[in-house]
Amino acid sequence: MPSYDNMPAMELYQPVQIQDALEIATRLADRGWLVGGGQDTYGWIKDHAKLPEALIDLNGIESLRGIRQTNDGIEIGALTTLTEVATSPLILENYALLAKAAAAVASPQIRNAGTLAGNVAQDVRCWYYRRGLSCYRAGGNLCYADTPEGQNREHAIFNASRCVAVTPSDTAPALVALEAQMVITSQRRERVVPAERFFVGPSVDILNTTVLRDGEILTAVRIPAKWANADYHYEKVADRNVWDFALVSLAAVMRMDGNNIADSRLVCGAVECVPRRLTTVERAIQGQPRNQATADRVAGMASQGAKPLTHNHFKMPLMDNLVTRLLTA
Amino acid sequence: MTYKHIGKDFTPPDVEGKVTGSARYAEDFKKEGMVFARLLTSPLPAGRIVSIDYAEALAMEGVVGILTTEDLPQPTAPANPSLASDVITYIGQPILAIAAETEEIAEAAIDKVRLVFERRPFVVDPLDTLVEGGPNPYPTGNTLIRRAAAAEAGTTQSGTDVGEIKWSVDAVSAFRAGRDPGNVTWANEWVFGELEEEFAQCAAIVEEPFVTIGQSHHALESRTGMAYWENGRCYFFGSLQSHTIAVAPLAGMLGIDPANLVFINENTGGGFGGKIFPYPIMAVTGHMARKVNRPVQLRITREEEYYIGSARAGMQGWLKLGLKANGDVGAVDMIVIGDAGAGGGASGPGAANYVSLMLQPDAMRFRGVSLYTNTAPRGAQRGPGENEMATALAPIYDKAINQLGLDRVQVHVQNAPDNDGTIGPQRGELTGTAFRQAITQGAELFGWEERKLLSGRRNGSKVTGIGIGMGYHSAGASGYDGLCRIGTDGKLYLHTGVGNLGTYSYAAVVRAAAEVLKVDWENCEIVRGNTDLHLPYSTYQAGSNTMFTEVRTNNVAGLDALRKLKAIAAGDLGGEPDEFDVDGARVFRISNPAQGLTYAEAAQRAVALGGEYSGQVFPEDLNPVTQRAVQGLAGTGLIGVGKDPRHTGTVPGTTVGYMQIELDTLTGKYEIVDYAAVADCGTVVHPMGFRQSMNGGGVWGVGLAALERLVYDPQNGLPANVGLYQAKIPSYLDVPLVNRSGSTEVPDPQSPVGSRGVGEPSQGCASAALASAISDALGGHQFNRAPVTPDMIINHVAQLDHFNTGDLKTNTF
Repeated sequence: MPSYDNMPAMELYQPVQIQDALEIATRLADRGWLVGGGQDTYGWIKDHAKLPEALIDLNGIESLRGIRQTNDGIEIGALTTLTEVATSPLILENYALLAKAAAAVASPQIRNAGTLAGNVAQDVRCWYYRRGLSCYRAGGNLCYADTPEGQNREHAIFNASRCVAVTPSDTAPALVALEAQMVITSQRRERVVPAERFFVGPSVDILNTTVLRDGEILTAVRIPAKWANADYHYEKVADRNVWDFALVSLAAVMRMDGNNIADSRLVCGAVECVPRRLTTVERAIQGQPRNQATADRVAGMASQGAKPLTHNHFKMPLMDNLVTRLLTA
Repeated sequence: MTYKHIGKDFTPPDVEGKVTGSARYAEDFKKEGMVFARLLTSPLPAGRIVSIDYAEALAMEGVVGILTTEDLPQPTAPANPSLASDVITYIGQPILAIAAETEEIAEAAIDKVRLVFERRPFVVDPLDTLVEGGPNPYPTGNTLIRRAAAAEAGTTQSGTDVGEIKWSVDAVSAFRAGRDPGNVTWANEWVFGELEEEFAQCAAIVEEPFVTIGQSHHALESRTGMAYWENGRCYFFGSLQSHTIAVAPLAGMLGIDPANLVFINENTGGGFGGKIFPYPIMAVTGHMARKVNRPVQLRITREEEYYIGSARAGMQGWLKLGLKANGDVGAVDMIVIGDAGAGGGASGPGAANYVSLMLQPDAMRFRGVSLYTNTAPRGAQRGPGENEMATALAPIYDKAINQLGLDRVQVHVQNAPDNDGTIGPQRGELTGTAFRQAITQGAELFGWEERKLLSGRRNGSKVTGIGIGMGYHSAGASGYDGLCRIGTDGKLYLHTGVGNLGTYSYAAVVRAAAEVLKVDWENCEIVRGNTDLHLPYSTYQAGSNTMFTEVRTNNVAGLDALRKLKAIAAGDLGGEPDEFDVDGARVFRISNPAQGLTYAEAAQRAVALGGEYSGQVFPEDLNPVTQRAVQGLAGTGLIGVGKDPRHTGTVPGTTVGYMQIELDTLTGKYEIVDYAAVADCGTVVHPMGFRQSMNGGGVWGVGLAALERLVYDPQNGLPANVGLYQAKIPSYLDVPLVNRSGSTEVPDPQSPVGSRGVGEPSQGCASAALASAISDALGGHQFNRAPVTPDMIINHVAQLDHFNTGDLKTNTF
């Protein structure tokens, strides 16, 4: 068993125009690899677990950077770093949920380099998959985690289908809660996909975690004004307070009508392969005050239907507890 | 006592290099013509190598050589050769190395090697091999056995072999269920006192199982090495905690006379017990360099470091603790099944010694078995046995005390050792201790009387926990050599063979010689890092022992130089040596200070006089390493050299930690609100170094008690932690911003400046205090495991304890 520690030889493209990047990405298709902050790139490649023929470095494309106001909210360039998202006055003022989620990612160093697009498009963190085992997601025909002896403490409790990996993104639940729109550009067209449909589970596509396809680039994320300045709540529970992925996270936005919750969107991270909307809870708390009585009324609702594995049953009470906190904070 | 240097802060000379980046580590050394080696390691946890075909790899352009086990001496089982022979016992076990003009070529060549394996059943949990019918990690068994007769007959080299210990299914089941397994085979067993009689007098008896996991060493500098050969001498650039004590064993690994080994190790990026002595992969670097006749650098990757970098041994245990009505510990009965991984030692005996010292029971029994598993080899790690036992013991001790309704601090004080305290089955004596004072001093520093009232206080979903923990390590040795030289320029050259682990203790201890000779620090120069610079035989830089052991050697060297200074002055100026004293870099007549010699003049006279004064003659009892060093220095100044005589008794470095946490019952997370610790480590030699030790140990203690993981997949033996982030070392935000620390400052009677070490106990008291605080916050709940992770707390609060491992499983979640 070799332990690789050197980057393999490969081509490097450094386009400065998005059209050039799209042309290269289309031409290379699955032989190319888009690089932004590189935080989910260099590990794969240094380990020789992924071996693209060429890297397409997007960092020279200025149009992919920055946070802009639009007629209906804001647009965040794909290459905007997580630190920029976390500290942007525009985002802090109107969409603090996203800022808080971005600030919860990994570590300051990683947030300084990592981008918003990279954070949502990163691959799953199942340790078996990352070890390069030939599991379903890697094109094989078995799952090492979903077995009686599998070491699956961090894995999914909902909607597993062959693969039991979870979404590792901290910003994804916030974007789904905020009803963000993902701007996907290809040579042929630009398509805008709701964040909720941007992420795909293994029953839809076992090889990809998003709808992005070869030749496409996630160029921007748009946040509509609908939830601007809404009440929000974000909590990430991880083993460590920095440099760790969530065991469970909860992102929520709420519109209040007096003391009662008029509308809300609650989204959990790290419980299934995609950010999980807690629609049952959303319906149950509609028109209810944000207090302990409501929390008691919906107790256990968040985790209903979960199918825990050997070592991750704790995610069920943890999901429920985070909803309790949301309602009692 | 007032000292010139001892107890004063100073800037160790290597600090600037570490801040600026100019400090050189093994990987920074290059040599013209150097080639790069890479390893091929085992993908299987257990098996046999049937065949290796490396013809295609060797034929590649740029490949300069290959090294296999056939190129290396074969040690006796269970020690594996540096490169596996035919037996594979863990994933990541090195099998062969290939050297090439570039690392990339070497990696590509590794890909071309074809291996044929034969699989063998494997095991990651010691209890799974202990049970009858369970797989053995080695073909011949699961534990180390000693065959004295065979050794005597010469049929084994060291008298050791791998044998088998098995328990019945019922016995293992009972043990997994937290009960005494009854009449089974033990590898290690001792008792003192009347166990049953003492238990009969106890008012509170608690029985609890416990599991502690291994932790990898996580040294930031992996065990990279570079070597080349010139004129029959091997120049080896390595990364060890220790320095000159490593010369003989490393020379042995390379098959050369120690006089022909030049070992260069200027800085070491962490070791934590994993780099105390030469480790097997160093043989590969040296032998490869000789075989290909080129300088060779073998860089070890982070992933490989997790395979071969060793880890703390794990424990699966059971403890029965009896307290008398007044809180005195009456009896302790203790079992430890130690996880020795694929090689190395388990730490049950160390754990038992810890308990015997800290509780001072009237009667105690220890029974243990050390078992191999097909996991990473284990080795010493910061307080081996003691710190993990401290973590396991703290909540159990609390439980017994609470059953009696007594104050925890008071009970800790009354059972703690005093100067009459003993340790272990032999009930060995201590050099001295003020641990009881440390506990009370710590209680005051922490504000115990006020804070204990906060125990269990609710604040919404949060609850306060107050913890207390004790750390201990035998923190001193003796019998090594000291060497210093007063140059003809009048400067004091402090030669040390202690490694530079990163604690700066190497620099602190040489000040003991400067103290004796009353030399200003500006006129001192530390000589270290390269055996060609003539370094003495110094202690291993581990076991918290440098602060005791090496102040003794440097004191010996300083006193020898002082004796010679006075003798030279008396010879030149008339009178007797004891009519002279030193200060201000002069030796002078006490009755007439104007009469004297500068150190430069005295050193020049020493050179002229020769003999013992300038190193032509030296004590016969010096280690050969020191003898060669003195020979190398002969005629260059006034030589102070000597062998430190032996001390008696265990040198107890002890600490107590107090912690307040606020635990969130909704998430299983907690904030460490305050942490205060007090050490009984004698005189503090270097205050900044002391505080750093207490801080560093405190941080790692949090990791031991609550964060770090060592997880293997039982399906295929794969380790889940092959990177720093996966191993869950504590981060900056997981520990308190400020650790408050203090010391008793009661001098050790057998250290010339009163100092003892504290590096290891500083971790144990923190991990134990955290384990105690978590348990306290949850009403005394016993998790029976370290680390206690958020999922376990969430499960407990949700009354889902059955999902927490209750059957003593280890090396898994």
